[in-house]
Amino acid sequence: MIFLRRQLPLLITFVTGVLFAAQYYVPHPRSEFMLTEVTKWLQIIGGFALVLGVTSLFHIHAVKIRRKEPGWGYSLVLYAGILGTIAAGFSYSFAAGQWVNGKETINGIMTAFGWVYLNMMVPLQGSMFALLAFFIASAAYRSFRARSREAALLLIAAVIVMMGRVPLGEMLLPVSGDVTQWILNVLNAAVRRAILIGISLGAIALSLKIIFGIERAYLGGGKE
Amino acid sequence: MKADCGTLRLLAALVCLYLFPLTTSEARSQQAIVPPQNLRVLDAPSDAGGGLIVLWSEADYDAPDVRYQILVGEGAEKRMVAEFPANSHYVRDVKWPWWARVDRPDVHQFNLKSGKGLELKNGTSYTVTLAVVKGTERVEAPPLRAIPGPNWVNWNQMNNLLLVLLFGAVVLGSIRTAKQRDIFLRRIPGLDAVDEAIGRATELGKPILYLTGAGDMSEPATIAAAVILGRVAKRVAAYETDLLVPHRDPIVMAVCQEITKQSYLEAGKPDVFKEDSNFFITTDQFSYTAAVDGIMLRRKPAANFFMGSYFAEALLLTETGASTGAIQIAGTDSDHQMPFFVTTCDYTLIGEELYAASAYLSREPIQVGTLRGQDLGKGFILVVLALGTILATVGVLFDTDWPRIMLDLFKDLK
Repeated sequence: MIFLRRQLPLLITFVTGVLFAAQYYVPHPRSEFMLTEVTKWLQIIGGFALVLGVTSLFHIHAVKIRRKEPGWGYSLVLYAGILGTIAAGFSYSFAAGQWVNGKETINGIMTAFGWVYLNMMVPLQGSMFALLAFFIASAAYRSFRARSREAALLLIAAVIVMMGRVPLGEMLLPVSGDVTQWILNVLNAAVRRAILIGISLGAIALSLKIIFGIERAYLGGGKE
Repeated sequence: MKADCGTLRLLAALVCLYLFPLTTSEARSQQAIVPPQNLRVLDAPSDAGGGLIVLWSEADYDAPDVRYQILVGEGAEKRMVAEFPANSHYVRDVKWPWWARVDRPDVHQFNLKSGKGLELKNGTSYTVTLAVVKGTERVEAPPLRAIPGPNWVNWNQMNNLLLVLLFGAVVLGSIRTAKQRDIFLRRIPGLDAVDEAIGRATELGKPILYLTGAGDMSEPATIAAAVILGRVAKRVAAYETDLLVPHRDPIVMAVCQEITKQSYLEAGKPDVFKEDSNFFITTDQFSYTAAVDGIMLRRKPAANFFMGSYFAEALLLTETGASTGAIQIAGTDSDHQMPFFVTTCDYTLIGEELYAASAYLSREPIQVGTLRGQDLGKGFILVVLALGTILATVGVLFDTDWPRIMLDLFKDLK
């Protein structure tokens, strides 16, 4: 049992880890084929895992509704949304004269499934994304208050960059364009690269630890 | 009179010096053209196939007004695929590192690849000819045959492999050292605050929200987030506080469920573990964000952890969390989202600190040793950056090629 829970996953991790690290250095089409095939396997496993996810979602919200927990009405809305969309996806389109079968349009005619996507999903996603503008404004207001030396520095840099990025700002303060470019290309790029070097080394070290079985917490903790 | 003579000589010398390059160039172009010498056609090395390389020696008549033509095919099917000035296309111009060069730098090289009306199939023999044209004169070298084929090793990337092996050896060596003696770890305030955040949640009787980011299990950042979840869950279990872990990826959810369960077992609190503490929401970015924002506003968690990789949803999540007054700790390798995390969270683990978190929280010698290996790697990169800058400057200033021996070792070549 320990072999199946511990040694076997570690062995699979080691073999596949070494194999796919080596794949990067092999330009042969067979190497590329192997990568493509495994990517397909991952997609298939992901498909099965989605069943697991949806089951979890249904279970959590069913429990909420049954126990009438605070906010259980939202769970009802979720159930109605999921089941309604599934029903629309499997429905029959009388206008197109055939089953919808998950298509948004059939011969240029919009299906019920397409209507749900275009008139409900897209505007809701757009609204969430649009909220970002207000959130940026509120976050900027909070961080740009010059309460400390660092915040003051951030405020000055932000004002210069904002001035340098819009035509009106550059007209009012002509030097702001060049200073902006210097801030972005020298200060910002240097710090960003330093962070990226650290991230890359950290990611390689973590990958090595996983391949060689040093890091095993992802298997569910334990040290046996 | 003597002075006049001297001036005249000086002038003559200057005129000669000025004209010398012209006369050399003219002399070159006045040379009679002969078929290109030492022509070779080979399969292109380090590729997936579909490529040939044509090599031939430098000629006396190589000048801008003389042109080379590459021809592929035989008889009526023979056609020109490239034409260029005779003083171009040398081995030294090809972006291959010095160890992958196929000949001396002053030899001509042309890479034939599929595309632009030419298709080179692996395993098929092709006839390639080289012609030299000067005005109305045109001579051709004898045609040669070559078969393109795929290769098993990309020699251009051997420097990359060498550096990875070297870094791997340093990491494993550092782990060995860490087992023998203590290694100093600098303070990471964001990780010191983990206990404070859990304690606060326990005092207030509110849950802890932990997000593993937008990535799947193949991303190092997600794996790091899952590993940190294990450490956090162990402490949460000890305090018997509620833990909420909403997921975007069902595989990550399944892995995190196992990790959390194990942490509760290790903490000696298996009875407190809730199977539904890890739950799936959706794979859609903004639907997930809306759901998590809803959880924050309804359940009002006392501590929010944002670990892993994030995209546009980062600010939507953290700003909502900040509005609820929760302690927020973020850790990400998404450099484009770091400003938002720094602005809206109480503590942010920047880049590599996310990968260091596991070692910092566990203090296991094996984990701490890895951090030392990373630091040595960074030191090495700093030295290479300084040395590379000096060598590249020397190469440009003195118009010399030898710094490439060092610089090529650290280039990212395909």
